[in-house]
Amino acid sequence: MPSAAGSRGRLWTWLDERVGLAEMEKLVRKKQVPIHRHRLWYYFGGMTLFLFGIQVVTGILLLLYYRPSAEEAYESVQFLMAEVQFGWLIRSVHAWSANLMVAVLFIHLFSVLLLKAYRRPREITWVSGVALFGITLAFGFTGYLLPWNELAYFATKVGTEITGALPVVGHFTLRLLRGGDEVTGATLTRFYGIHVAILPAIVTLILGLHLYLVQKHGMSVPPSVERAGGPRRTMPFVPDFLLRDMVGWLSALAVLAALAAFLPAELGRKADPFAPAPIGIKPEWYFMFMFQTLKYLPSTILGIEGEIVGIVGFGLAGLFLLLLPFLDRRAEHGGRSTIFTWIGIGMIAFVIVLTYLGYTASPTQ
Amino acid sequence: MQRWLTPLGPMCLLFAATLGGAATATPPPAQTPTTGASQPAAGPPTTPKESCSACHLEIGDDRLAAPVKAYADDIHRAKGFGCVACHGGDANEAGLEAMDPAKGYIGKPARAQIPQLCGRCHADARFMKRYNPSLRVDQVTEYAASAHGRKLLAQNDPKVATCVSCHPAHAIRPPSDPASSVHPLRVAQTCATCHGDAAYMTGRSLPTNQLQQYTQSVHWLAMSEKGDLSAPTCNDCHGNHGAAPPGVSWVGNVCGQCHTVMSELYAKSVHATAFPRMGVPGCAACHDNHAIKRAAVTMVGLAQETVCANCHSKDDVGGKAAAEMRGVLDALGAEHARAAATLARAEHAGMEVSQARVDLIGANDALVKARVAVHAASVSAVKKEADVGLGIAAKAYERGLRALEELKFRRQGLGVSLVIILALIAGLILKIRQLDRPRRHAGGSVTPNEEA
Amino acid sequence: MESTLEPGPSRRSFIDWLLGTSAAAFIVSVLYPVSRYLVPPPAGESSAASVTLPIRAEDVKPNTGQIFKFGSKPAILVRTAAGELRAFSAVCTHLNCTVQYRPDLAEIWCACHNGHFDLKGQNVSGPPPRPLDAYVINVRGSQIVVSKGT
Repeated sequence: MPSAAGSRGRLWTWLDERVGLAEMEKLVRKKQVPIHRHRLWYYFGGMTLFLFGIQVVTGILLLLYYRPSAEEAYESVQFLMAEVQFGWLIRSVHAWSANLMVAVLFIHLFSVLLLKAYRRPREITWVSGVALFGITLAFGFTGYLLPWNELAYFATKVGTEITGALPVVGHFTLRLLRGGDEVTGATLTRFYGIHVAILPAIVTLILGLHLYLVQKHGMSVPPSVERAGGPRRTMPFVPDFLLRDMVGWLSALAVLAALAAFLPAELGRKADPFAPAPIGIKPEWYFMFMFQTLKYLPSTILGIEGEIVGIVGFGLAGLFLLLLPFLDRRAEHGGRSTIFTWIGIGMIAFVIVLTYLGYTASPTQ
Repeated sequence: MQRWLTPLGPMCLLFAATLGGAATATPPPAQTPTTGASQPAAGPPTTPKESCSACHLEIGDDRLAAPVKAYADDIHRAKGFGCVACHGGDANEAGLEAMDPAKGYIGKPARAQIPQLCGRCHADARFMKRYNPSLRVDQVTEYAASAHGRKLLAQNDPKVATCVSCHPAHAIRPPSDPASSVHPLRVAQTCATCHGDAAYMTGRSLPTNQLQQYTQSVHWLAMSEKGDLSAPTCNDCHGNHGAAPPGVSWVGNVCGQCHTVMSELYAKSVHATAFPRMGVPGCAACHDNHAIKRAAVTMVGLAQETVCANCHSKDDVGGKAAAEMRGVLDALGAEHARAAATLARAEHAGMEVSQARVDLIGANDALVKARVAVHAASVSAVKKEADVGLGIAAKAYERGLRALEELKFRRQGLGVSLVIILALIAGLILKIRQLDRPRRHAGGSVTPNEEA
Repeated sequence: MESTLEPGPSRRSFIDWLLGTSAAAFIVSVLYPVSRYLVPPPAGESSAASVTLPIRAEDVKPNTGQIFKFGSKPAILVRTAAGELRAFSAVCTHLNCTVQYRPDLAEIWCACHNGHFDLKGQNVSGPPPRPLDAYVINVRGSQIVVSKGT
């Protein structure tokens, strides 16, 4: 397509004078995407971003009908599903897109990890990415409570209870999260505020940083390709890669639409703090592996309560992930770091196996 | 019950003689912080010095000691009455001098005297007011009118119940106490002590299976399993002190104490005039008297297990009406079931139909009312209630169908949007290939057959 | 695949047409549900904590009562002989039958086992063990709004 400004039309020229469209276009057109056998993984970051965009749009739409109080939340969601035109669609897309986004995010994280895209100069990109991962899980955890149904109530109770088991800061954190000692309407309102205001504000900043850095440094080339002499060719981001991106995004949208139509989001029963917990409460699938691990740990390990060991263990794993670029010295210097590759594969296997066990093991074990 | 205590008087003398000289008024044993004074008109509970328990406990005969031990939990003791209050005598005297007829000692009262003995206080309104102003004071009068009382007073029947048969003489607890023999949950057992004992009841014309039948009934289940103490037990239908089986013509009134609607409908029906004439006991004719099972639609009509078929056949007016009523009830039941099933299907598929389900409750209410209307023995009464229910059920069914329609619409909408998305994807892919081609031939950076 | 150097103008314009049309259709298929969603439904708001009755205040005569839906349970609206509006849960506290108003007794009555409630909802006679839950009534003009209260 011709890029001369003159053939663009009057509107474009008018905007360019004021906003600087031509400069932006130059920047965008500069970006090239390397082509090699691992380029499939390049799509997952954009896919995560797209699904996040869906979350923002459907989330804002949901805001128009949802009521964040214990007395009204459940009924407002019920109303949304039953009376509001396409309310079922917006809510189901929001729920499914959340799940899809976390799944794609996992893939993005692990693909970046295994392809060692965290090497210099992309350390901060990686760190901001891990932060985004944590924020996404927080989005999921806070959002899950908002319909104020039975499952969500107990999942939140158990989840915040686990936070309370942390040494030293546990009780304080628990009270901070719950807005009190128990899960009540105060918890709901607090989670609502976190979900629609605090986390979006934080994510805007960190996501902005992440995207800026990705633009600045361009796409990372995996070490194996580098060793073989680098990618033989590239494609321009605009329009080639972007068009391919959009094919993926539209496919995801088709999947979401099908899921919303065939498996609309469930509501279940309204939360009743005085009813006993139903058997087999499970957290959302992306927390399942941690939940199941805690179940397997013995009650004391070397004198410390098993649960605390588990939580601290996961905390350390998170810290390890965060500091990965600084720990993997070999990769920094361009060498092979097979240990970290194996650690990465081990983490993936761990997550998969424990998630599977979480769903197949009997709840009364 | 206490027949074996009659020879005790002389035996007591014998024992006391052997003890000889144990005349010191021993303080009451520590386990029985006694109350009571020597006259019935006692003041607030004090610790009296009653000599009766001293001997009776220490003598070593269980038959003497048992009443004293039991009396620890008795309500009369808690209110300040001792042995002397009923048995007379002098509580301050130790030994046999206490049992002095001159001082009012009557020993073990004769059966026929017991109602009067209890009535000395319990029939005196001014006296009872001091202790429990809301307690009734007509028990003796009622008892005199009861089947038990008439037999006792007229024929001195040694086996009929007196006051102490149901209220064990030395261990009387108020009915609200769960351990009391007259607590609602235990009344049936207490009555059955005699009435359920076939050997005891030989020679009498009464059945002895009432308890066994009653424990199968809804009333007993309501009390024992649901904890609803307002459910009836023996005394609620038979009266307690004035106990007698209800007359055939007024069974309906008894049941109607709680089941007012059914009773009123029945009273206006043809059965209400026919049954007494035939000697049929009203409600109990269809519902049994003791083994009252949960009423069901299956009782109505002319089929084998129905109650109508006991008297009616398909050739008489009543039988035809019964069959028609059953038809109406079955139709409403079926409509309700159909609506409920449709709504359940819609809900399973993810549709929100909770309001329709709530509305359907109205159809169930109508079914209940229609079943109750059977007591009026009139097809039009049943139809009136059923028609309301049919309307509601029809609406709910329609709502369910609409939900399933909406489900279809959603899936069609999905189909349409998928087609559009696929078209767009196809367009994009073609565009990608189109863009790739010139570069390929210009030796550019994209090779042919480049999949995404 | 074709062996031409470049797709002919007809093919290229077909692709552009396909892209343009399907993109437009796609945008419509997204905007249509969203815009329908934004339009408030007839019911107006969720009816959990409060219900606006479809009955006008002036149509409720003294010494009458009627059943209405409150959330997922029936409720009863009563206007006393003195003219005051009251509302209670219509679920009998004995065995959950739906109660009714008895103008001859000026009481709320349960047909199942002859339970009686006075016009404050207190269980005055018969098996019901507890009073009926009372609701808060607010009248705005001729609109009656019943809510659960605190």
